[in-house]
Amino acid sequence: MNIVVCVKQVPDTNEVKIDEEKGTLIREGVESIINPEDRIAVEEAVRLKEKFGGKVTVISMGPPQAENALIEAYAMGADEAILLSDRAFAGSDTWATAYTLAQGIKEIGDFDLIFCGRQAIDGDTAQVGPQVAENLNIPQITYVSNVEIEGKTVKAKRQLEDGYCILESELPLLLTVVDGLNEPRYPSIKRIVDAYNKEDTVKVWSIDDFEVDEDKLGLDASPTQVYDTFVPTHETKGEMLEGSAKEKVEKLVEKLKEEQVV
Amino acid sequence: MDFNLNEEHKMSKKVYKEFAEKEVEPIAAEIDESCEFPAENVKKMQKADMMGIPFPQEYGGAGSDTLNYVLAVEELSRACATHGVILSAHTSLGAHPIYKYGNEKQKEKYLKPLANGEKIGAFGLTEPDAGTDASAQKTTAKLDGDEYVLNGNKIFITNAGVADIFIVMAMTDKSKGTRGISAFIVEKDTPGFTLGKKEDKMGINASDTRELIFQDCRIPKENILGKEGMGFKIAMATLDGGRIGIAAQALGIAQRALDETVQYVQEREQFGRPIGKFQGLQWEIAEMATKVEAARNLVYKAAKTKDSGESFSKEAAMAKYYASEVASEVANKAVQLHGGYGYIKEYPVERLMRDAKITEIYEGTTEVQKMVIAGSLLN
Repeated sequence: MNIVVCVKQVPDTNEVKIDEEKGTLIREGVESIINPEDRIAVEEAVRLKEKFGGKVTVISMGPPQAENALIEAYAMGADEAILLSDRAFAGSDTWATAYTLAQGIKEIGDFDLIFCGRQAIDGDTAQVGPQVAENLNIPQITYVSNVEIEGKTVKAKRQLEDGYCILESELPLLLTVVDGLNEPRYPSIKRIVDAYNKEDTVKVWSIDDFEVDEDKLGLDASPTQVYDTFVPTHETKGEMLEGSAKEKVEKLVEKLKEEQVV
Repeated sequence: MDFNLNEEHKMSKKVYKEFAEKEVEPIAAEIDESCEFPAENVKKMQKADMMGIPFPQEYGGAGSDTLNYVLAVEELSRACATHGVILSAHTSLGAHPIYKYGNEKQKEKYLKPLANGEKIGAFGLTEPDAGTDASAQKTTAKLDGDEYVLNGNKIFITNAGVADIFIVMAMTDKSKGTRGISAFIVEKDTPGFTLGKKEDKMGINASDTRELIFQDCRIPKENILGKEGMGFKIAMATLDGGRIGIAAQALGIAQRALDETVQYVQEREQFGRPIGKFQGLQWEIAEMATKVEAARNLVYKAAKTKDSGESFSKEAAMAKYYASEVASEVANKAVQLHGGYGYIKEYPVERLMRDAKITEIYEGTTEVQKMVIAGSLLN
């Protein structure tokens, strides 16, 4: 079984601070990590490989330093790592990112299953996984908290807020996974040593290395543009109702009707 | 000397740190109290290939270097000094002598399972009457046909109750003094080899320390390490390496004591402000931090010197002497600056102070380190 896992390098938001003036994250001095749910995706892929054979390829789109996230995934047991890195990708929103990743996956070619984390802790969009599936025109199951595979059939538990559903699909398929699916292993020190002793542990692909439509890349091709970021303030207002107890109740019922609560 | 960690070191360190925070720290106080060996965590360390960091991959190791191993001991010890010494004694004392002095057959049979973490190693040199004077060995090994017959006792042996493979020093020819000492590989459960009771220690409580008792214990002739008479040399060289591990353990303890104190003095208020606002305390913190950093430089330098292949006895002795004294001093100050809270077990500095003391004693006391340092300078 050949599995592709999409990973993203994110700042460790436990330590991140916000520049109140600019409304951006202060990234200096903040450690970068593999997005936690992507780590779960890598773990699940490696476990399936150990069970069924095949290989795991991890792919990321990002700046050169995102290589470290891929090396960490390699140290967890991934076999190959590809970093899509080019100035042309800068400023991509989820649409452009998903397109770029999907083109990269097409270049990899032979895959049965694609794993993504549900969402990244820096953007929280949960859009890239589903959009990659759309770009590749394959089925998807999102928010997966359990995976069973028999032959070509995947049975996945889709975790929702108020319950879950069990869905079945044929391979090839894209799954986005949630926290709780597994307990990711620690990267192996031996594989870290191997990763840095080999020259081509991470293959870096620029726009010349795989087929992309340049009009669909980066900031210019991104339908989402960020105009402003700010820290939301929550204001709760109370209103005192006057009058006798009876009047107050009447007013309250009226208000509740206005708000369509009753 | 360049102390910048390379990418391999940095990523390994990140793994050790995360492992220490998620797996080790949560049980540190508990195992200090229960004295229970953290077997599950050792298994987890094995899975992440942490049990043979500096040994080549062909022998089951991770294929890295001493500096990487030092980072592991340091980060583990920051969370729990017991974990630090388990790894240090296993790697430096149990596995390393086989790597350095063992023949191919011995490496295949004993180093591989040690380096890949399937088995745990220990080292027996100290005896009731042979501590700093390691030459006064009373344990004997007599060749009888195809076997050596061991008799005698070893005390204070780290990992004794959990180890599978022991390196044991014994006298093969008393008339030759230190040149009559030989080193042997002994497997646990060999008839005639038993363990004493678990020692009740002041600190590093979950480290399993016991006596090794040999009564007509017969081991195969081929389990001699190196040649007859090489034992003392092997023991001294092994301890040189071990000292770097203990220095790293001390460094981890010292760093943690500093971290705890830095946090505490900014939270604790007296006279209407955090006590860290008082200059008297600021100077204490500055001194502690400087000493910890100086210790780190000595420890990393010793590791790098060993990795370069040069003689590193002096560097290892300096690192161990200094880092262990700093650990004790900084942990002691940490307790002082925590006031009454520092003396109760709810705060980790109490444990750090007890754990720090041993680093000045085992694998050569501070006094021995000074003998080694002076010996390398004077004729």
